[in-house]
Amino acid sequence: MEKVLMKGNEALAEGALRAGCKAYFGYPITPSSEIAEYMARKLPDSDGVFLQAESEIAAINMVYGAASTGARVMTASSGPGISLKQEGISYIAEAELPCLIINISRGGPGLGGIQPAQSDYFQATRGGGHGDYHVMVLAPASVQEMMDFAIEGFELADKYRIPVMIMAEGTLGQMMEPIILREPVTKFYDKPWATTGCKGRKPNVITTLHLPPEELEQRNKHLKNKYDEIKSKEKRAEAFMVEDAELVLVAFGLMSRVAKKAVIEARKNGIKAGLIRPITLWPFPDQHIIEAAETAKIFVSLEINMGQMVEDIKLALNGRAKADFYGRIGVIPNPEEITKVVFGIAEREGL
Amino acid sequence: MAEKQVLFAGFGGQGVLSMGQFLTHAALSAGKHVSWVPSYGAEMRGGTANCLVTISDEEISSPVTENPLMAVILNRPSLDKFENKIKPNGTLVVNSSLVDREPERDDLKILKIPVNKLADELGNPRGANMILLGAYMEKTQVVEVERTLEYFDVIFKGKKEEIIQKNKEAFLAGIEYARRHW
Amino acid sequence: MKVVAKRPESLYYKKFHYCPGCTHGIIHRIIAECIDEMELREKTIGVCPVGCGVLAYEYFNCDMLEAAHGRAPAIATGIKRMLQDNFVFTYQGDGDLASIGMAEIVHASARGENITVIFINNTIYGMTGGQMAPTTLIGQVTTTSPYGRRPELTGYPIRMAELLATNEGSAYICRTSVHNPAHVLKTKKAIKKAIQTQMEKKGFSMVEILSTCPTNWGMNPIEALERVEREMIPYFPLGEFKVKE
Repeated sequence: MEKVLMKGNEALAEGALRAGCKAYFGYPITPSSEIAEYMARKLPDSDGVFLQAESEIAAINMVYGAASTGARVMTASSGPGISLKQEGISYIAEAELPCLIINISRGGPGLGGIQPAQSDYFQATRGGGHGDYHVMVLAPASVQEMMDFAIEGFELADKYRIPVMIMAEGTLGQMMEPIILREPVTKFYDKPWATTGCKGRKPNVITTLHLPPEELEQRNKHLKNKYDEIKSKEKRAEAFMVEDAELVLVAFGLMSRVAKKAVIEARKNGIKAGLIRPITLWPFPDQHIIEAAETAKIFVSLEINMGQMVEDIKLALNGRAKADFYGRIGVIPNPEEITKVVFGIAEREGL
Repeated sequence: MAEKQVLFAGFGGQGVLSMGQFLTHAALSAGKHVSWVPSYGAEMRGGTANCLVTISDEEISSPVTENPLMAVILNRPSLDKFENKIKPNGTLVVNSSLVDREPERDDLKILKIPVNKLADELGNPRGANMILLGAYMEKTQVVEVERTLEYFDVIFKGKKEEIIQKNKEAFLAGIEYARRHW
Repeated sequence: MKVVAKRPESLYYKKFHYCPGCTHGIIHRIIAECIDEMELREKTIGVCPVGCGVLAYEYFNCDMLEAAHGRAPAIATGIKRMLQDNFVFTYQGDGDLASIGMAEIVHASARGENITVIFINNTIYGMTGGQMAPTTLIGQVTTTSPYGRRPELTGYPIRMAELLATNEGSAYICRTSVHNPAHVLKTKKAIKKAIQTQMEKKGFSMVEILSTCPTNWGMNPIEALERVEREMIPYFPLGEFKVKE
């Protein structure tokens, strides 16, 4: 099949269009802006709507409004902008409106920098705004997956009535790789809850206000049941050489590809290394960790932050094996650096 | 072919990113696995721009490295920034028109080419990057140059014929230089 | 037998939760009458604010949404861009619209967003218990301006209708009051005109309605209605500020 070269951000935008995305609302921020620019060029061709909002807050609320009509809609941003959107994401999660939210992430806190990071892991996987909720978080590792996950993201969002976030390091948005353009085949779901005008039916109401305490608790239980269902069905990870691994690296996104190279190097040197690459960051693929712990003595979380996913690994392990961490910020460490880290830990642990 | 990684570095505006993209396209046309990773953001707006191209016969694991085996250096600040990052016994291709110092490391293979001078002689000052690319590709054959010439029309799809021809001339001039001097 | 008065179809048979003497109920009713008379109920999508109108979706018999504080114009924008032939309105108070939602309202107007905004100006935060609003008049006592609003400390009340009328995207901007039957009728006319503006796709429309809050003003309903005429209208003059032909 013919492959075309595309930037990660553009592949993601093209994937969204192929999934039937009808509207994009956003605000410019590096390193995500190519998504908005691509949508601004292409959406008019499919009678879609591109609108540059006055703020990230307005953009996510426009997503709320447009998603409430049942259309597939999205927004994209990066760390500081995603923080501003959190108010709206909390409302969208409670109102159970399907939509796609993209974080082409950079380093923080504060304005931070524009270089790649995975510092928003906690924010993404713990909900991010106020209240008890989750968004589903997908972490692509290649430009192909930027396109594929955009398509799949819309399907998951519709299936579970949940906001889906795709989180990718800035570098993944900016880099080019050849990809196969996916056929625009995607499953659509009925949305009888949509507010489209009440012709021929009773009026629909979309609200997040639940003043009676028993009603509020019931809503939260309803959401929890949904999250439990997602946890039981949608945890995803890629496992590489873990069957007999004594030392397991855990890394997501572009970082996982660097880790894979380090695993290969380690194996060449007789170290029984393996890799688990979480594809869904929420729900976290803890079962993969637990299974690998049957042979592994130590897990090393490799992150482009100061140690966030390592907490989920520890929760999954629950004392079954040791967990260590190595991280950088604003740079994707090279395979040689990671190989050195692996050798160091293997030596220390007598592996 | 084992995985090859080459860094292109220079001022923003010297066509550094597009050189890398051309090579990436050519390698893809030749059936290779490729990736192109640019520096981005503020770095591009003021000072140096760079991109890393990885070409392989197999799936590319890591498209990033801090220590490539080879770098194509278009200006002095890029030499200052990257000389010490090249792997031992690596290769530097240097634009001697703008780089006014010798590299300090003695383990590196240095290939010099005065691309701005050659571009001026060709009457195509904006073709400097393609001259450099032609020379680099002739020397390394990372993608066969003969085949690369066939890909011009595909890579520059949508561009004016005159622009394609000018780029091709510059590319050929680079090949010519490498054959004579390297 | 001829029907001379009835509850509009666009309102449910449900008792309002609003305080005695509050004018929200009157305004709900005239919006519903306009929707009925223009036969728009099945095409209507309303967006509620955070404030006393937060539960308006329990009264309007049409598709409704509840917005985050101040964001109703952005949500309405998202809806209207997807459903261009529907009637989309927001119902917002002065804290919601003129304070925390200032950016959203100004830009919806500047974009000429084809939505209709019903803006309830009662110079105070009602729902949260009578705090100072951006529209609170100079000298007015609230729980957060206990010595009366002082301009050297908190500046001056914002005139939203005048402000939004300067935006090219605004097609119909009007300020009315509901402190007596004559003005109620004028308000109904203005709302109809605003809806008409939207249905003719002329751009952004807003009716600012001077309203009462007897509870937080510390007045009885009659005194509150008198205050509208005596204190509010002199600072917030009534009339049309923008009519795009």
